Amino acid sequence: MAKAFLSGNEAFAYGVRLARPQVISAYPITPQTIVVEKLSEFVEDGSLNAEFIHVESEHSALSCAIGASSVGARAFTATSSQGLLYMAECLPYAAGGRFPIVMMNANRSTALPWNIYGDQRDSLSQLDSGWIQAFAENAQEALDLALMSFYIAEHKNVSTPFMANLDGFVLTHTYEVVDVPTSEQANAFLPKYETENKLDLQHPRNLAFSAGPDTNTIFKYKEHIGILNSKSVIKEAEDRFETIFGRRYSGLTESYRTEDADYIIITLGSIAGLVREVVDALRQEGRRVGLLRLRYLRPFPNEEIANAVKNAKAVAVLEKDISFGNEGTVYTNVNSALQKAGINIPNSNYIGGLGGKNISAEEIRTIFDELKSQKSAVKFLGIGGVANGG
Amino acid sequence: MAVNAKNLNETEFFYGHKACAGCGGSLAVRIALKVLGENAVAVLPAGCMSAVGFNFPQLCFGNNAIISTFAGTASMLTGVEAGLRAQGITDFHAVGFAGDGGTADIGLQALSGAIDRNDDILYICYDNEAYMNTGIQKSSLTPFGARTTTTPAGKNIRGNLRPKKNLFEIVAAHGIPYAATASVGYLNDFMRKVEKAKSIKGTKYIHILAPCPTGWGVKTDETVDIAKEVVDCGLWYLAEYENGAFTLNHQPKEFSSVESYLRKQSRFKHLTAEDIEIITQSRDAKWEFIHKNFN
Repeated sequence: MAKAFLSGNEAFAYGVRLARPQVISAYPITPQTIVVEKLSEFVEDGSLNAEFIHVESEHSALSCAIGASSVGARAFTATSSQGLLYMAECLPYAAGGRFPIVMMNANRSTALPWNIYGDQRDSLSQLDSGWIQAFAENAQEALDLALMSFYIAEHKNVSTPFMANLDGFVLTHTYEVVDVPTSEQANAFLPKYETENKLDLQHPRNLAFSAGPDTNTIFKYKEHIGILNSKSVIKEAEDRFETIFGRRYSGLTESYRTEDADYIIITLGSIAGLVREVVDALRQEGRRVGLLRLRYLRPFPNEEIANAVKNAKAVAVLEKDISFGNEGTVYTNVNSALQKAGINIPNSNYIGGLGGKNISAEEIRTIFDELKSQKSAVKFLGIGGVANGG
Repeated sequence: MAVNAKNLNETEFFYGHKACAGCGGSLAVRIALKVLGENAVAVLPAGCMSAVGFNFPQLCFGNNAIISTFAGTASMLTGVEAGLRAQGITDFHAVGFAGDGGTADIGLQALSGAIDRNDDILYICYDNEAYMNTGIQKSSLTPFGARTTTTPAGKNIRGNLRPKKNLFEIVAAHGIPYAATASVGYLNDFMRKVEKAKSIKGTKYIHILAPCPTGWGVKTDETVDIAKEVVDCGLWYLAEYENGAFTLNHQPKEFSSVESYLRKQSRFKHLTAEDIEIITQSRDAKWEFIHKNFN
């Protein structure tokens, strides 16, 4: 291991290099560009032996990655926001074909209005596409996730594409000191990609076919089982990762001081760092508060959420997302987990950070304050108006 | 020895499919795969050929084949080629078969990108001059005057008002290593071009006119004849683009009748003498251009 001072994007690119993808399709979009720039430098300096393809759009970026994966090559691409939406047709295509492509998505607002800054509406709008979706909190986790994502996606019981999300700018462009593993360690962690789900000159196949009403459900069921199987494979990958690299991750969620907490904020991505600080500060004041960070949105951590909040008096979901006409999508998912577990406590939804708007420590304190008294509600941070109850 | 009907590979790579009787597109795919052989890795977008050949569990390609997204023929071909090469595999031919809509409309961006990168792929456009799989809607390769289900022939508008997009020269304008036009009416010429494309490194493009009896309104046993006649009357031509130059492969001694070609097809039956004159004049202008610019 060596220490390096890297941005989230750079850390992810270092992780991708350690994973040795054979084909990289690249199309630039802010704030993802540094990932593909860095990877092109690695290919140029010979430290990464990959076919680097300058595709002419995001649709082609993912279509090209699907082509590469369909012949058994390890494939990587990266995108953000409008780019993710432009390639949206290819997302369920890759998942339905069971092609374990890894893609980094720099979470960014979607137009209109135009905005290049971070929120999570891009990838959350694609939760139903059949991809595993993970959300990193910091640059170290970004690098480690890059390496683990290939292991999880390519596992024969999973065979499902993996979208690793990094908050635009806040994470993609913030520099931190990061441990960079050696390639020997990475090679020991990540085996060569082997699959029978490929076009093979020795055993010709027809792939990506049609399946009519009689058989379609069977394929979709198997796809569902594949992504559910990733739960145990994520644990397996993290155990293996700890053995080799000495760093421990906590599966689909990360609980922080939730054991005896009365009030818990559930959130995802880089904002978790600030919530953790506020939790520490409030604990100093004797208040029993905690943080539950969702590391994965698909597969969804139903049991983990229920276990973490079962003794709480109230919870809030803080997310950089809104499903217009309803509420935040993470909140909807969390409510389903609580309902299934029979947990009937007030739970509120705070929509914040849209288009890169800063979420302050003070606002997070306020959320904890409001949890003490209020009933379930959906609120936009920092805005009044009818949706916030006047 | 050049490939011909006598020495053509007897193995069938595309059979048991449910294409309509007389389908020109399936004939082009079948013949091209025979020339390319068992190591062809085929990419076909959503469209006629994938709709008739890939219905689980009845999968009709004897070689490796995969459906791409409608717009993604060329980009998926790029990935297939790069993915195999990255694994040290070199004895294969990455070939795409897309229709006119999948090529000249929705797939044009990806095709242009692949040519720009000079990816080592062969892209074959089987042009049946409309979106036939969805029920005969106009594409940008539908010729002037043709009636389709989105260009009805009525009192006010007589079919498609726009001429056929000149895709062969658009492709050539990229400086592609090899491009050619062909017709299922001249299969020896097509086979020779596929054979030639097989030996060229970089991007290759073959545009083969492949009549659709269902969409054109001809009998199912007239596909090859009408595909021959469109060349003989000068509304289509057999040519190649290589090393920056165009070559005409076939000069009809005297053009057969444009009117006779058009009148055989129900998609043109509404055309007036004036419409036919417009079509004839545009043919003549095209040939003037060919004689001036093609070898």
